[in-house]
Amino acid sequence: MKRYVIIGNGVAAVGCIEGIRSADGAGEITVISAEPHPVYCRPLISYYLEGKTDLQRMQYRDGSFLANVGCTVRYGVRAQAIDPQAKTVALSDGAQLPYDALCVAAGSSPFLPPMQGLETVPRKFTFQTLDDALALEQAITPESRVLIVGAGLIGLKCAEGLHARVGRITVCDLADRVLSSILDAAAAARVQKHLEAQGIRFLLGDSVAQFSADFAEMKSGETVPFDVLVLAVGVRPNTSLVKEAGGETDRGILIDERMATTLPDVYAAGDCAQGYDRSCGARRVLALLPNAYLQGHAAGVNMAGGCASFDRGIPMNSIGFFGLHLMTAGSYDGEVIAADSGEAYKRFFVKDDRLTGFILIGGTDRAGIYTAMVREQTPLHTVDFSLLTSAATSAAFSPAVRTERFGGAV
Amino acid sequence: MKRIYVNEAWCLGCHLCEYNCAFANSGLRDMASALKGRQIYPRIHVEGKDGVFFAVSCRHCDDPLCVKSCIAGAISKTDGVVQINREKCVGCLTCVLVCPYGALAPGENGAMQKCELCLQNSCGAPACVTGCPNGAIVYEEREAAV
Repeated sequence: MKRYVIIGNGVAAVGCIEGIRSADGAGEITVISAEPHPVYCRPLISYYLEGKTDLQRMQYRDGSFLANVGCTVRYGVRAQAIDPQAKTVALSDGAQLPYDALCVAAGSSPFLPPMQGLETVPRKFTFQTLDDALALEQAITPESRVLIVGAGLIGLKCAEGLHARVGRITVCDLADRVLSSILDAAAAARVQKHLEAQGIRFLLGDSVAQFSADFAEMKSGETVPFDVLVLAVGVRPNTSLVKEAGGETDRGILIDERMATTLPDVYAAGDCAQGYDRSCGARRVLALLPNAYLQGHAAGVNMAGGCASFDRGIPMNSIGFFGLHLMTAGSYDGEVIAADSGEAYKRFFVKDDRLTGFILIGGTDRAGIYTAMVREQTPLHTVDFSLLTSAATSAAFSPAVRTERFGGAV
Repeated sequence: MKRIYVNEAWCLGCHLCEYNCAFANSGLRDMASALKGRQIYPRIHVEGKDGVFFAVSCRHCDDPLCVKSCIAGAISKTDGVVQINREKCVGCLTCVLVCPYGALAPGENGAMQKCELCLQNSCGAPACVTGCPNGAIVYEEREAAV
Protein backbone atom coordinates (compact mmCIF):
# COMPACT_ATOMS: atom_id res chain seq x y z
CA MET A 1 0.00 0.00 0.00
CA LYS A 2 1.38 3.36 -1.03
CA ARG A 3 2.15 5.91 1.67
CA TYR A 4 1.30 9.53 0.89
CA VAL A 5 2.35 12.47 3.03
CA ILE A 6 1.03 16.00 2.63
CA ILE A 7 2.73 18.88 4.42
CA GLY A 8 0.11 21.54 5.10
CA ASN A 9 -3.62 21.35 5.73
CA GLY A 10 -5.10 24.03 3.53
CA VAL A 11 -7.09 23.90 0.32
CA ALA A 12 -4.15 22.59 -1.73
CA ALA A 13 -3.98 19.65 0.66
CA VAL A 14 -7.68 18.92 0.14
CA GLY A 15 -7.16 19.08 -3.63
CA CYS A 16 -4.26 16.67 -3.20
CA ILE A 17 -6.27 14.24 -1.07
CA GLU A 18 -9.14 14.26 -3.55
CA GLY A 19 -6.69 13.87 -6.42
CA ILE A 20 -5.05 10.86 -4.75
CA ARG A 21 -8.40 9.26 -4.02
CA SER A 22 -9.53 9.69 -7.62
CA ALA A 23 -6.75 7.28 -8.57
CA ASP A 24 -6.00 5.26 -5.43
CA GLY A 25 -8.74 4.36 -2.99
CA ALA A 26 -6.53 2.43 -0.60
CA GLY A 27 -3.19 4.20 -0.04
CA GLU A 28 -2.42 5.62 3.37
CA ILE A 29 -2.62 9.44 3.49
CA THR A 30 -1.12 11.47 6.33
CA VAL A 31 -1.51 15.25 6.53
CA ILE A 32 0.85 17.33 8.65
CA SER A 33 -1.09 20.31 9.99
CA ALA A 34 0.87 22.94 11.89
CA GLU A 35 -2.42 24.69 12.63
CA PRO A 36 -4.58 22.94 15.22
CA HIS A 37 -7.76 23.27 13.12
CA PRO A 38 -9.52 21.13 10.56
CA VAL A 39 -9.16 22.61 7.09
CA TYR A 40 -11.00 25.93 6.91
CA CYS A 41 -11.55 28.59 4.27
CA ARG A 42 -8.58 30.84 4.85
CA PRO A 43 -9.89 33.73 2.72
CA LEU A 44 -12.97 33.87 4.96
CA ILE A 45 -11.20 35.14 8.06
CA SER A 46 -12.21 38.72 7.25
CA TYR A 47 -15.80 37.56 6.66
CA TYR A 48 -15.63 35.91 10.07
CA LEU A 49 -14.73 39.23 11.72
CA GLU A 50 -17.48 40.89 9.72
CA GLY A 51 -20.03 38.34 10.96
CA LYS A 52 -20.81 37.02 7.48
CA THR A 53 -19.73 33.52 8.41
CA ASP A 54 -18.88 31.64 11.58
CA LEU A 55 -16.44 28.97 12.68
CA GLN A 56 -18.81 26.19 11.67
CA ARG A 57 -19.76 27.48 8.23
CA MET A 58 -16.19 28.40 7.31
CA GLN A 59 -15.11 24.76 7.44
CA TYR A 60 -13.92 23.91 3.93
CA ARG A 61 -15.29 20.37 4.07
CA ASP A 62 -17.98 18.90 6.28
CA GLY A 63 -17.25 16.90 9.41
CA SER A 64 -17.34 13.52 7.69
CA PHE A 65 -14.70 14.45 5.10
CA LEU A 66 -11.65 12.85 6.72
CA ALA A 67 -13.49 9.64 7.50
CA ASN A 68 -14.91 9.48 3.98
CA VAL A 69 -11.55 9.91 2.29
CA GLY A 70 -9.69 7.81 4.84
CA CYS A 71 -6.98 10.22 5.84
CA THR A 72 -5.07 10.89 9.05
CA VAL A 73 -4.30 14.47 10.08
CA ARG A 74 -1.59 15.17 12.63
CA TYR A 75 -2.57 18.47 14.17
CA GLY A 76 -0.19 20.89 15.85
CA VAL A 77 2.85 19.19 14.35
CA ARG A 78 5.37 20.83 12.03
CA ALA A 79 7.43 19.29 9.28
CA GLN A 80 11.05 20.19 10.00
CA ALA A 81 13.04 18.53 7.25
CA ILE A 82 12.65 16.37 4.18
CA ASP A 83 15.20 13.63 3.54
CA PRO A 84 14.77 12.91 -0.17
CA GLN A 85 17.17 9.94 -0.11
CA ALA A 86 15.60 8.12 2.83
CA LYS A 87 12.18 9.47 1.73
CA THR A 88 11.20 10.61 5.18
CA VAL A 89 9.86 13.78 6.75
CA ALA A 90 11.16 14.77 10.17
CA LEU A 91 8.40 16.12 12.40
CA SER A 92 8.53 18.51 15.34
CA ASP A 93 7.32 15.73 17.68
CA GLY A 94 10.44 13.72 16.87
CA ALA A 95 8.80 11.27 14.47
CA GLN A 96 10.28 10.33 11.09
CA LEU A 97 7.43 9.83 8.66
CA PRO A 98 8.21 7.68 5.62
CA TYR A 99 6.61 8.48 2.27
CA ASP A 100 6.38 7.00 -1.18
CA ALA A 101 5.05 10.29 -2.54
CA LEU A 102 5.12 13.66 -0.80
CA CYS A 103 3.23 16.88 -1.49
CA VAL A 104 4.51 20.12 0.00
CA ALA A 105 1.49 22.36 0.42
CA ALA A 106 3.03 24.49 3.12
CA GLY A 107 1.50 27.81 2.14
CA SER A 108 3.08 31.14 2.82
CA SER A 109 4.03 33.25 5.81
CA PRO A 110 3.57 36.93 6.51
CA PHE A 111 6.56 38.96 5.45
CA LEU A 112 7.71 41.32 8.19
CA PRO A 113 10.34 43.79 7.05
CA PRO A 114 12.52 45.22 9.83
CA MET A 115 10.68 48.19 11.31
CA GLN A 116 12.09 50.52 13.93
CA GLY A 117 10.50 50.13 17.33
CA LEU A 118 8.12 47.31 16.34
CA GLU A 119 9.14 45.34 19.41
CA THR A 120 7.66 48.07 21.62
CA VAL A 121 4.13 47.57 20.22
CA PRO A 122 2.12 45.32 22.58
CA ARG A 123 -0.90 44.60 20.36
CA LYS A 124 0.37 43.69 16.91
CA PHE A 125 -1.04 41.07 14.60
CA THR A 126 -0.64 39.53 11.21
CA PHE A 127 -3.78 38.51 9.31
CA GLN A 128 -3.37 35.23 7.57
CA THR A 129 -4.68 32.41 9.73
CA LEU A 130 -7.79 31.71 11.72
CA ASP A 131 -5.76 32.06 14.91
CA ASP A 132 -4.61 35.49 13.71
CA ALA A 133 -8.24 36.52 13.27
CA LEU A 134 -9.30 35.10 16.65
CA ALA A 135 -6.41 36.89 18.40
CA LEU A 136 -7.23 40.15 16.64
CA GLU A 137 -10.87 39.76 17.62
CA GLN A 138 -9.82 39.45 21.28
CA ALA A 139 -7.75 42.63 21.07
CA ILE A 140 -10.29 45.03 19.57
CA THR A 141 -12.97 47.11 21.24
CA PRO A 142 -15.61 49.36 19.66
CA GLU A 143 -13.28 52.28 20.43
CA SER A 144 -10.08 50.77 19.06
CA ARG A 145 -7.93 52.83 16.73
CA VAL A 146 -6.46 50.38 14.25
CA LEU A 147 -3.45 50.99 12.05
CA ILE A 148 -3.07 48.56 9.15
CA VAL A 149 0.28 48.52 7.40
CA GLY A 150 -0.36 47.37 3.84
CA ALA A 151 -3.15 48.31 1.42
CA GLY A 152 -3.13 45.02 -0.49
CA LEU A 153 -5.85 42.37 -0.53
CA ILE A 154 -5.10 41.18 3.00
CA GLY A 155 -4.90 44.65 4.53
CA LEU A 156 -8.06 45.92 2.89
CA LYS A 157 -10.12 42.79 3.61
CA CYS A 158 -8.95 43.09 7.21
CA ALA A 159 -10.12 46.71 7.22
CA GLU A 160 -13.53 45.68 5.93
CA GLY A 161 -13.82 42.87 8.48
CA LEU A 162 -12.95 45.20 11.37
CA HIS A 163 -14.91 48.22 10.15
CA ALA A 164 -18.13 47.78 12.17
CA ARG A 165 -16.29 46.57 15.26
CA VAL A 166 -13.69 49.28 15.91
CA GLY A 167 -13.58 53.06 16.25
CA ARG A 168 -11.19 54.14 13.56
CA ILE A 169 -9.09 52.52 10.84
CA THR A 170 -6.02 53.98 9.14
CA VAL A 171 -4.30 52.09 6.33
CA CYS A 172 -0.82 53.01 5.14
CA ASP A 173 1.21 51.67 2.25
CA LEU A 174 4.52 52.47 0.65
CA ALA A 175 2.82 52.23 -2.75
CA ASP A 176 1.01 55.31 -3.99
CA ARG A 177 -2.27 53.43 -4.46
CA VAL A 178 -4.38 50.67 -2.95
CA LEU A 179 -4.21 47.10 -4.34
CA SER A 180 -1.16 48.12 -6.33
CA SER A 181 -0.40 44.55 -7.42
CA ILE A 182 -3.73 44.10 -9.23
CA LEU A 183 -5.17 47.54 -10.06
CA ASP A 184 -4.15 50.41 -12.31
CA ALA A 185 -4.12 53.93 -10.89
CA ALA A 186 -7.65 54.89 -11.95
CA ALA A 187 -9.22 51.68 -10.64
CA ALA A 188 -7.29 52.01 -7.39
CA ALA A 189 -8.55 55.58 -7.00
CA ARG A 190 -12.15 54.36 -7.33
CA VAL A 191 -11.70 51.66 -4.72
CA GLN A 192 -9.93 54.06 -2.38
CA LYS A 193 -12.72 56.62 -2.70
CA HIS A 194 -15.30 53.94 -1.92
CA LEU A 195 -13.39 52.84 1.17
CA GLU A 196 -12.84 56.43 2.29
CA ALA A 197 -16.60 56.97 2.06
CA GLN A 198 -16.88 54.27 4.77
CA GLY A 199 -14.57 56.31 6.99
CA ILE A 200 -11.35 54.40 6.38
CA ARG A 201 -8.37 56.74 6.20
CA PHE A 202 -5.39 56.20 3.89
CA LEU A 203 -1.78 57.26 4.08
CA LEU A 204 -0.33 56.19 0.74
CA GLY A 205 3.18 56.64 -0.56
CA ASP A 206 4.11 56.70 3.10
CA SER A 207 5.63 54.28 5.58
CA VAL A 208 6.33 54.03 9.27
CA ALA A 209 9.66 55.55 10.34
CA GLN A 210 9.37 54.60 13.99
CA PHE A 211 6.88 52.67 16.10
CA SER A 212 6.19 53.43 19.71
CA ALA A 213 3.79 51.47 21.93
CA ASP A 214 0.71 53.35 20.76
CA PHE A 215 1.69 55.60 17.90
CA ALA A 216 3.61 55.50 14.67
CA GLU A 217 5.72 58.29 13.29
CA MET A 218 5.43 58.25 9.53
CA LYS A 219 8.16 59.17 7.06
CA SER A 220 5.92 62.03 5.95
CA GLY A 221 6.16 63.47 9.45
CA GLU A 222 2.62 62.61 10.48
CA THR A 223 1.98 60.85 13.77
CA VAL A 224 -0.69 58.12 13.79
CA PRO A 225 -1.96 57.06 17.21
CA PHE A 226 -3.25 53.48 17.44
CA ASP A 227 -4.33 50.80 19.90
CA VAL A 228 -4.05 47.82 17.60
CA LEU A 229 -1.54 47.28 14.80
CA VAL A 230 -2.08 44.91 11.86
CA LEU A 231 0.91 44.05 9.66
CA ALA A 232 -0.23 43.12 6.16
CA VAL A 233 2.82 44.02 4.15
CA GLY A 234 2.91 40.84 2.12
CA VAL A 235 3.55 37.12 2.25
CA ARG A 236 6.46 34.87 1.35
CA PRO A 237 6.05 31.32 0.03
CA ASN A 238 7.26 28.68 2.49
CA THR A 239 10.05 27.20 0.42
CA SER A 240 12.64 26.27 3.03
CA LEU A 241 11.80 22.56 3.43
CA VAL A 242 12.36 21.90 -0.27
CA LYS A 243 15.26 24.30 -0.58
CA GLU A 244 17.13 22.74 2.33
CA ALA A 245 16.53 19.28 0.88
CA GLY A 246 18.25 20.39 -2.33
CA GLY A 247 15.17 21.10 -4.45
CA GLU A 248 15.06 24.05 -6.82
CA THR A 249 13.34 27.15 -5.57
CA ASP A 250 12.96 30.68 -6.79
CA ARG A 251 10.41 32.94 -5.14
CA GLY A 252 8.41 29.75 -4.64
CA ILE A 253 9.10 26.04 -4.96
CA LEU A 254 9.61 25.44 -8.67
CA ILE A 255 7.20 22.91 -10.15
CA ASP A 256 6.55 21.57 -13.62
CA GLU A 257 3.12 21.13 -15.22
CA ARG A 258 2.71 17.87 -13.27
CA MET A 259 3.36 19.76 -10.00
CA ALA A 260 6.64 17.82 -9.55
CA THR A 261 9.53 19.56 -7.81
CA THR A 262 13.10 18.73 -8.79
CA LEU A 263 13.23 16.21 -5.91
CA PRO A 264 12.10 12.67 -6.80
CA ASP A 265 8.52 11.86 -5.73
CA VAL A 266 8.15 15.28 -4.14
CA TYR A 267 5.38 17.53 -5.44
CA ALA A 268 4.32 21.01 -4.42
CA ALA A 269 1.05 22.91 -4.70
CA GLY A 270 -0.62 26.11 -3.57
CA ASP A 271 0.82 29.32 -2.19
CA CYS A 272 4.29 27.84 -1.65
CA ALA A 273 4.64 26.73 -5.27
CA GLN A 274 5.77 28.55 -8.37
CA GLY A 275 4.09 27.02 -11.40
CA TYR A 276 3.33 28.01 -14.93
CA ASP A 277 1.28 31.19 -15.44
CA ARG A 278 -0.32 30.88 -18.83
CA SER A 279 -1.10 34.58 -19.06
CA CYS A 280 2.56 35.58 -19.06
CA GLY A 281 4.25 32.36 -20.21
CA ALA A 282 6.56 32.14 -17.20
CA ARG A 283 6.52 30.50 -13.79
CA ARG A 284 4.95 32.66 -11.11
CA VAL A 285 3.62 32.20 -7.61
CA LEU A 286 -0.17 32.26 -8.01
CA ALA A 287 -1.28 32.50 -4.40
CA LEU A 288 -4.98 32.06 -5.06
CA LEU A 289 -7.40 29.55 -3.66
CA PRO A 290 -8.63 28.16 -7.01
CA ASN A 291 -5.07 27.53 -8.17
CA ALA A 292 -4.23 25.93 -4.83
CA TYR A 293 -7.02 23.40 -5.27
CA LEU A 294 -6.27 22.75 -8.93
CA GLN A 295 -2.53 22.33 -8.33
CA GLY A 296 -3.15 20.13 -5.32
CA HIS A 297 -5.54 17.94 -7.28
CA ALA A 298 -3.10 17.51 -10.17
CA ALA A 299 -0.29 16.70 -7.71
CA GLY A 300 -2.47 14.10 -6.00
CA VAL A 301 -3.39 12.34 -9.23
CA ASN A 302 0.28 12.15 -10.23
CA MET A 303 1.38 10.99 -6.77
CA ALA A 304 -1.06 8.11 -7.10
CA GLY A 305 0.43 7.09 -10.44
CA GLY A 306 -2.15 8.81 -12.62
CA CYS A 307 -1.46 11.41 -15.23
CA ALA A 308 -2.59 14.98 -14.70
CA SER A 309 -1.20 18.29 -15.73
CA PHE A 310 -2.27 21.78 -14.78
CA ASP A 311 -0.82 24.39 -17.07
CA ARG A 312 -3.74 26.77 -17.20
CA GLY A 313 -3.14 28.75 -14.05
CA ILE A 314 -3.54 32.50 -14.35
CA PRO A 315 -3.65 35.24 -11.75
CA MET A 316 -7.25 36.17 -10.95
CA ASN A 317 -9.15 37.85 -8.17
CA SER A 318 -12.78 38.43 -7.34
CA ILE A 319 -13.15 40.60 -4.32
CA GLY A 320 -15.69 42.96 -2.85
CA PHE A 321 -15.43 45.83 -0.41
CA PHE A 322 -18.61 47.20 1.17
CA GLY A 323 -20.72 46.14 -1.80
CA LEU A 324 -18.28 47.25 -4.52
CA HIS A 325 -17.16 44.22 -6.51
CA LEU A 326 -13.99 44.08 -8.52
CA MET A 327 -12.53 41.35 -10.66
CA THR A 328 -9.13 41.09 -12.28
CA ALA A 329 -7.37 38.41 -14.28
CA GLY A 330 -4.28 37.77 -16.31
CA SER A 331 -1.27 39.96 -16.87
CA TYR A 332 -1.91 43.46 -18.08
CA ASP A 333 0.16 43.15 -21.20
CA GLY A 334 -0.48 44.97 -24.48
CA GLU A 335 -2.92 47.58 -25.69
CA VAL A 336 -5.42 48.92 -23.15
CA ILE A 337 -9.04 49.08 -24.19
CA ALA A 338 -11.21 51.23 -21.95
CA ALA A 339 -14.87 50.25 -22.04
CA ASP A 340 -16.53 51.99 -19.11
CA SER A 341 -20.30 51.82 -19.09
CA GLY A 342 -22.50 53.61 -16.60
CA GLU A 343 -20.98 53.10 -13.18
CA ALA A 344 -18.74 50.26 -14.35
CA TYR A 345 -14.99 50.63 -14.88
CA LYS A 346 -13.70 48.15 -17.44
CA ARG A 347 -10.22 47.75 -18.87
CA PHE A 348 -9.22 45.02 -21.30
CA PHE A 349 -5.62 44.27 -22.27
CA VAL A 350 -5.04 42.93 -25.76
CA LYS A 351 -1.89 41.65 -27.43
CA ASP A 352 -1.31 39.52 -30.55
CA ASP A 353 -5.02 38.90 -31.12
CA ARG A 354 -5.44 37.60 -27.55
CA LEU A 355 -7.02 38.95 -24.38
CA THR A 356 -4.17 38.99 -21.84
CA GLY A 357 -6.10 40.36 -18.88
CA PHE A 358 -8.82 42.62 -17.55
CA ILE A 359 -9.84 44.86 -14.67
CA LEU A 360 -13.52 45.28 -13.83
CA ILE A 361 -15.12 47.37 -11.12
CA GLY A 362 -18.84 46.72 -11.29
CA GLY A 363 -20.06 45.23 -14.57
CA THR A 364 -18.91 41.81 -13.41
CA ASP A 365 -21.86 39.76 -14.71
CA ARG A 366 -20.70 36.58 -16.49
CA ALA A 367 -17.05 37.75 -16.26
CA GLY A 368 -15.94 34.10 -16.38
CA ILE A 369 -16.45 34.34 -20.13
CA TYR A 370 -13.53 36.79 -20.19
CA THR A 371 -11.46 34.70 -17.79
CA ALA A 372 -11.88 31.67 -20.04
CA MET A 373 -10.70 33.73 -23.01
CA VAL A 374 -7.54 34.68 -21.11
CA ARG A 375 -7.00 31.11 -19.94
CA GLU A 376 -7.72 29.51 -23.33
CA GLN A 377 -5.99 32.26 -25.32
CA THR A 378 -9.01 32.59 -27.60
CA PRO A 379 -8.09 34.34 -30.88
CA LEU A 380 -10.02 37.62 -30.81
CA HIS A 381 -10.73 37.56 -34.53
CA THR A 382 -12.99 34.55 -33.88
CA VAL A 383 -15.28 36.50 -31.54
CA ASP A 384 -17.32 39.72 -31.61
CA PHE A 385 -14.94 41.54 -29.31
CA SER A 386 -16.69 44.91 -29.44
CA LEU A 387 -19.85 43.18 -28.18
CA LEU A 388 -17.81 41.56 -25.41
CA THR A 389 -16.36 44.83 -24.22
CA SER A 390 -19.90 46.12 -23.66
CA ALA A 391 -21.03 42.93 -21.85
CA ALA A 392 -19.78 39.40 -21.34
CA THR A 393 -22.01 37.17 -23.46
CA SER A 394 -21.74 33.92 -25.35
CA ALA A 395 -23.59 35.68 -28.18
CA ALA A 396 -20.14 36.95 -29.16
CA PHE A 397 -19.03 33.45 -30.13
CA SER A 398 -19.75 31.64 -33.38
CA PRO A 399 -22.77 29.30 -33.56
CA ALA A 400 -20.36 26.36 -33.78
CA VAL A 401 -18.68 27.32 -30.51
CA ARG A 402 -22.07 27.79 -28.87
CA THR A 403 -23.17 24.36 -30.04
CA GLU A 404 -20.09 22.84 -28.46
CA ARG A 405 -20.65 24.69 -25.19
CA PHE A 406 -24.41 24.49 -24.85
CA GLY A 407 -25.46 21.67 -27.18
CA GLY A 408 -23.90 18.73 -25.39
CA ALA A 409 -22.32 17.51 -22.18
CA VAL A 410 -19.29 19.55 -21.06
CA MET B 1 -27.15 12.29 -16.79
CA LYS B 2 -29.96 14.53 -17.97
CA ARG B 3 -29.09 18.16 -18.46
CA ILE B 4 -30.85 21.22 -19.84
CA TYR B 5 -30.18 22.14 -23.48
CA VAL B 6 -31.46 24.96 -25.60
CA ASN B 7 -32.02 24.93 -29.34
CA GLU B 8 -31.25 28.46 -30.43
CA ALA B 9 -33.02 27.96 -33.75
CA TRP B 10 -36.27 27.67 -31.80
CA CYS B 11 -35.65 30.09 -28.89
CA LEU B 12 -37.90 33.12 -29.31
CA GLY B 13 -36.06 35.21 -26.73
CA CYS B 14 -39.36 35.61 -24.86
CA HIS B 15 -37.75 35.32 -21.38
CA LEU B 16 -40.62 33.15 -20.10
CA CYS B 17 -38.03 30.65 -18.82
CA GLU B 18 -36.67 33.36 -16.54
CA TYR B 19 -40.12 33.96 -15.03
CA ASN B 20 -40.89 30.26 -14.70
CA CYS B 21 -37.53 29.72 -13.01
CA ALA B 22 -37.97 32.58 -10.57
CA PHE B 23 -41.46 31.38 -9.74
CA ALA B 24 -40.40 27.76 -9.32
CA ASN B 25 -37.71 28.78 -6.87
CA SER B 26 -39.78 31.37 -5.01
CA GLY B 27 -41.49 28.83 -2.80
CA LEU B 28 -44.76 30.69 -3.40
CA ARG B 29 -47.97 29.20 -4.85
CA ASP B 30 -49.19 32.25 -6.67
CA MET B 31 -47.24 33.56 -9.67
CA ALA B 32 -48.44 37.14 -9.32
CA SER B 33 -47.28 37.54 -5.74
CA ALA B 34 -43.98 35.85 -6.62
CA LEU B 35 -43.18 37.95 -9.66
CA LYS B 36 -45.40 40.96 -10.22
CA GLY B 37 -43.71 44.28 -9.59
CA ARG B 38 -40.64 42.56 -8.14
CA GLN B 39 -37.09 42.29 -9.37
CA ILE B 40 -36.64 38.64 -10.26
CA TYR B 41 -33.52 36.54 -9.79
CA PRO B 42 -33.83 33.66 -12.23
CA ARG B 43 -31.22 30.91 -12.50
CA ILE B 44 -31.54 30.84 -16.26
CA HIS B 45 -31.21 33.87 -18.50
CA VAL B 46 -31.64 34.67 -22.16
CA GLU B 47 -28.77 36.08 -24.20
CA GLY B 48 -28.63 36.86 -27.88
CA LYS B 49 -28.05 39.30 -30.69
CA ASP B 50 -29.32 39.92 -34.20
CA GLY B 51 -32.44 37.84 -33.74
CA VAL B 52 -30.60 34.78 -32.37
CA PHE B 53 -31.48 33.93 -28.77
CA PHE B 54 -30.54 31.21 -26.34
CA ALA B 55 -31.15 30.54 -22.66
CA VAL B 56 -28.13 29.90 -20.44
CA SER B 57 -28.17 27.87 -17.25
CA CYS B 58 -25.64 25.71 -15.38
CA ARG B 59 -24.00 23.04 -17.58
CA HIS B 60 -23.33 20.78 -14.58
CA CYS B 61 -19.86 20.26 -16.05
CA ASP B 62 -18.01 16.98 -15.68
CA ASP B 63 -15.12 18.96 -14.17
CA PRO B 64 -16.70 22.07 -12.67
CA LEU B 65 -14.30 24.95 -12.08
CA CYS B 66 -16.74 26.65 -9.71
CA VAL B 67 -16.58 23.71 -7.29
CA LYS B 68 -12.79 23.80 -7.23
CA SER B 69 -12.63 27.58 -7.01
CA CYS B 70 -15.21 28.40 -4.35
CA ILE B 71 -13.37 30.12 -1.50
CA ALA B 72 -16.10 29.17 0.95
CA GLY B 73 -16.31 25.47 0.10
CA ALA B 74 -19.97 26.19 -0.65
CA ILE B 75 -20.27 24.56 -4.07
CA SER B 76 -20.29 20.80 -4.45
CA LYS B 77 -21.32 18.21 -6.97
CA THR B 78 -23.57 15.41 -5.82
CA ASP B 79 -25.07 12.79 -8.13
CA GLY B 80 -24.03 14.89 -11.12
CA VAL B 81 -25.74 18.06 -9.92
CA VAL B 82 -23.65 21.11 -9.04
CA GLN B 83 -25.21 22.68 -5.95
CA ILE B 84 -24.61 25.75 -3.79
CA ASN B 85 -24.93 25.75 -0.04
CA ARG B 86 -26.23 29.31 0.24
CA GLU B 87 -25.66 29.33 4.01
CA LYS B 88 -21.92 29.01 3.43
CA CYS B 89 -21.69 31.38 0.46
CA VAL B 90 -20.23 34.81 1.32
CA GLY B 91 -21.01 36.37 -2.08
CA CYS B 92 -17.40 36.89 -3.22
CA LEU B 93 -18.34 36.12 -6.87
CA THR B 94 -15.28 33.94 -7.49
CA CYS B 95 -17.59 31.42 -9.17
CA VAL B 96 -18.74 34.16 -11.56
CA LEU B 97 -15.10 34.90 -12.33
CA VAL B 98 -14.33 31.28 -13.25
CA CYS B 99 -17.50 29.94 -14.92
CA PRO B 100 -16.86 29.99 -18.69
CA TYR B 101 -20.60 29.87 -19.41
CA GLY B 102 -21.81 32.79 -17.33
CA ALA B 103 -24.19 30.48 -15.49
CA LEU B 104 -24.05 31.84 -11.93
CA ALA B 105 -25.42 35.07 -10.51
CA PRO B 106 -26.20 36.46 -7.07
CA GLY B 107 -29.68 36.05 -5.66
CA GLU B 108 -31.72 38.58 -3.75
CA ASN B 109 -29.67 38.47 -0.55
CA GLY B 110 -26.27 38.47 -2.26
CA ALA B 111 -25.61 34.74 -1.90
CA MET B 112 -25.01 33.07 -5.23
CA GLN B 113 -27.54 30.89 -6.94
CA LYS B 114 -27.57 28.67 -9.96
CA CYS B 115 -29.71 26.10 -11.73
CA GLU B 116 -30.11 22.95 -9.66
CA LEU B 117 -32.49 21.37 -12.19
CA CYS B 118 -35.55 22.06 -10.00
CA LEU B 119 -34.63 18.97 -8.01
CA GLN B 120 -34.65 20.92 -4.74
CA ASN B 121 -37.95 22.77 -5.24
CA SER B 122 -41.47 21.45 -5.56
CA CYS B 123 -41.38 21.20 -9.38
CA GLY B 124 -39.33 18.05 -9.51
CA ALA B 125 -38.49 18.74 -13.17
CA PRO B 126 -37.02 21.90 -14.70
CA ALA B 127 -39.72 24.58 -14.86
CA CYS B 128 -37.94 26.36 -17.71
CA VAL B 129 -38.36 23.24 -19.86
CA THR B 130 -41.98 22.61 -18.94
CA GLY B 131 -42.90 26.21 -19.59
CA CYS B 132 -41.01 26.88 -22.82
CA PRO B 133 -43.73 27.75 -25.35
CA ASN B 134 -41.71 26.64 -28.35
CA GLY B 135 -40.04 23.53 -27.00
CA ALA B 136 -36.67 25.23 -27.37
CA ILE B 137 -35.43 24.10 -23.95
CA VAL B 138 -35.18 20.39 -23.33
CA TYR B 139 -34.08 18.16 -20.46
CA GLU B 140 -32.39 15.04 -21.75
CA GLU B 141 -29.31 12.85 -21.92
CA ARG B 142 -26.69 13.89 -24.47
CA GLU B 143 -23.10 13.13 -25.26
CA ALA B 144 -20.55 15.89 -25.84
CA ALA B 145 -21.38 17.92 -28.94
CA VAL B 146 -18.50 18.08 -31.40
